[in-house]
Amino acid sequence: MMRCLIIGAAILLASAALALDPSEMLDDPQLEARARALDHDIRCVVCQSEALASSNAEWAREARGIIRERILAGDSDAEVRAFFVERYGEFVLMTPPGTGSNLILWAAGPLMLLLAGGIAFVYLRGRERPESATDTGLSAEETKRLKEILKE
Amino acid sequence: MVTELGHFALILAFLVAIFQTIVPLVGAQKRWSGWMAVAEPAASAQFLLTAFSFAALTYAFVTSDFSLRLVTLNSHSAKPLIYKISGTWGNHEGSMLLWVLIVAFFGAMAAWFGGGLPPTLRARVLGVQAAIGVAFFAFIIFTSNPFLRLAVPPFDGQDLNPLLQDPGLALHPPFLYMGYVGLSMAFSFAVAALLEGRVDAAWGRWVRPWTLAAWVFLTIGIALGSWWAYYELGWGGFWFWDPVENASFMPWLLAAALLHSAIVVEKRESLKSWTILLAILAFGFSLIGTFIVRSGLLTSVHAFANDPERGVFILMILGFFMGGALVLFAARANVMEAKGVFGVVSRESALIANNVLLAVSCFVVFIGTMWPLVAEMLFDRKLSVGPPFFNMAFTPFMVVLGLILPVGAMMPWKRARIGKALWPLRYIFVLAVVIAGLVWAMQTGRSLIGPLGAFLGAWLVMGAAADLKFRIGSSSLGRLLRLPRADWGKAVAHAGLGVTMLGVAGLTSWQQEDIRVAQVDQPFEVGGYTLTLTDVQEVEGPNYLSTMGFIKLEQNGQMIAQLRPEKRIYPVAQMPTTEAGIDYNLGRDVYVVIGDPQQGGGWAVRTYIKPLTNWIWIGSGLMAFGGLLSLSDRRFRVAAGNRKTAATPVPAE
Repeated sequence: MMRCLIIGAAILLASAALALDPSEMLDDPQLEARARALDHDIRCVVCQSEALASSNAEWAREARGIIRERILAGDSDAEVRAFFVERYGEFVLMTPPGTGSNLILWAAGPLMLLLAGGIAFVYLRGRERPESATDTGLSAEETKRLKEILKE
Repeated sequence: MVTELGHFALILAFLVAIFQTIVPLVGAQKRWSGWMAVAEPAASAQFLLTAFSFAALTYAFVTSDFSLRLVTLNSHSAKPLIYKISGTWGNHEGSMLLWVLIVAFFGAMAAWFGGGLPPTLRARVLGVQAAIGVAFFAFIIFTSNPFLRLAVPPFDGQDLNPLLQDPGLALHPPFLYMGYVGLSMAFSFAVAALLEGRVDAAWGRWVRPWTLAAWVFLTIGIALGSWWAYYELGWGGFWFWDPVENASFMPWLLAAALLHSAIVVEKRESLKSWTILLAILAFGFSLIGTFIVRSGLLTSVHAFANDPERGVFILMILGFFMGGALVLFAARANVMEAKGVFGVVSRESALIANNVLLAVSCFVVFIGTMWPLVAEMLFDRKLSVGPPFFNMAFTPFMVVLGLILPVGAMMPWKRARIGKALWPLRYIFVLAVVIAGLVWAMQTGRSLIGPLGAFLGAWLVMGAAADLKFRIGSSSLGRLLRLPRADWGKAVAHAGLGVTMLGVAGLTSWQQEDIRVAQVDQPFEVGGYTLTLTDVQEVEGPNYLSTMGFIKLEQNGQMIAQLRPEKRIYPVAQMPTTEAGIDYNLGRDVYVVIGDPQQGGGWAVRTYIKPLTNWIWIGSGLMAFGGLLSLSDRRFRVAAGNRKTAATPVPAE
């Protein structure tokens, strides 16, 4: 995407490259496919929340080169990721690993769904057998007034 | 001179808004009709003054008055007229002025068309709306004044960010703001009802058209932004889960939930406290969105004002309105007692399920957006939350929503039987499964998303048709045309959701990508198409230089289109952009981008085949159109503020 261009534009005006240039690509289509998948998993650290795949920054270009070097050297996908995490921290991964405090992030949605579903169910059960005052469609105040009128 | 008048009008509007906050609210409390009645002329005056102020700023942009700091920073004399106009809101200060103009506009609309509202409620709605105005007028005047002059005006300006010089993006902010700010009406109604101490069916009916309008505008605004990203950013993505995109998506999700829960308040006098809470939260998320964009807390392409001082100011506005409204909400919990009685299986419960799914999915987007910040502050972990997380955590909610939607839409109020709601849908369900199976068999990859999207698309579209058929019962098809527009709106919007889901699934699962060095006049094949780069020319635009490729697109020897991808450089802003060459088609888009010349001759060319992509925006358009249909329904026009038509009785099963 263009986000990195905004930052890098002034410096790199002449080489307004598209994200991935044909000259960067590996000859073996299978290895290149793996490399491209990794381009989406690893972020450009000088950009703003942008993956390597779409970044135009010089740093991203070099990182894409490193991914391809590692793959040619026989690294597995996990090893390539580990290579980057070792140097740049977990910040470099687009998907936060589900370890430690990140469990909160990953569990938040399902837990909230359980909680909301539970509350909704309790509410629904309550609606099915409402307190005697409300199932007439009258408020407590109205019921009181009705009683007064009936007494007279 | 005009500029000074505009500046003056802005300050006057600020004062009018203060007046409009205090007098009607006090009047409503003390039941002084004279004090309450000033709200309407004040709302009109506030709107006219703000509109004049905005017009003055637009005038400065159109005439390229470079003595204005803002114009110098964001405009250029060689810029085409339309972008001089859109440049008015293509920057922080101007967009805030547009924001507050829309706040005033909605207030004026409520004053003009709220004649049927009880006087105290109307006075309170306008008072609260003006209070929101006061906060943002103060924000503009004290931190982001667009009318500041330069002591020494330069000969020419620094030009608008070239990415923003685009017709789609010229219209994207106004629609988005109409949506964001439209939710302020729902908020004002919620707070006014709490002050009033009365939340009933009539309230549900009054608040719905405003929410619906806001939701329609948000839908259009988000779709425009996404379409722009698709054709402008050079690789054809439609959604990036960027913090600022999320900022607009969260209010959309909550507005959709509010839309549905307000129906339950209106028809069944239940779910009141939840609906009020949603109305408060939906606007809260609009403010959070503003905060995210303006504070620079989470930076992205949209963030044009990374200024902590402004961020703190908006945070204070957010804290004041949310805190105040929630305290009021807690204090008035007793007025929101539910009345309707209904079974666990009923339309009410289906709408509650809708609300649970939409609200929780909004929560997921929220936590994903804020997590990098939270993790860094609390756990000292610096990390990124990218699209893979959102795709994984968010998509299941939408799948479940799509799955239960047609069933819920068929259920009667009060008490339903699942079997009875499912029965009319049995053929459709089988047909949708068959379609998904066919797609599964036809596709080459083993992606599950594609067949799932085909199933949901077919299920939702046919389910919407079944819903319409169910409405007319056994009478002739002519009755279809006489159905209330709200019924049509519901069906069209639900079908639109299915269409969008189909488009998203098609694009994500079957896209083909090809990156290569293309030699001039040497054809190459991508996904059954033959492309030939015939020429590359340097072209001069009004305020840019362009490298334009000419690419011939053929299939089976038949010429289909001549594509002209461009690479532009805007010399003033010193920024390059890409303009993709796209052959649009309902079945697929062929999307071509031209890159750099290569050392050994030839040009880098990227080609994508993007199946079903246009359906994403056609579906969004259908959703917005469905909303408009509902909005034009007679009931809203007739009953806009008629207390007598309170709870419409709904016959039991």
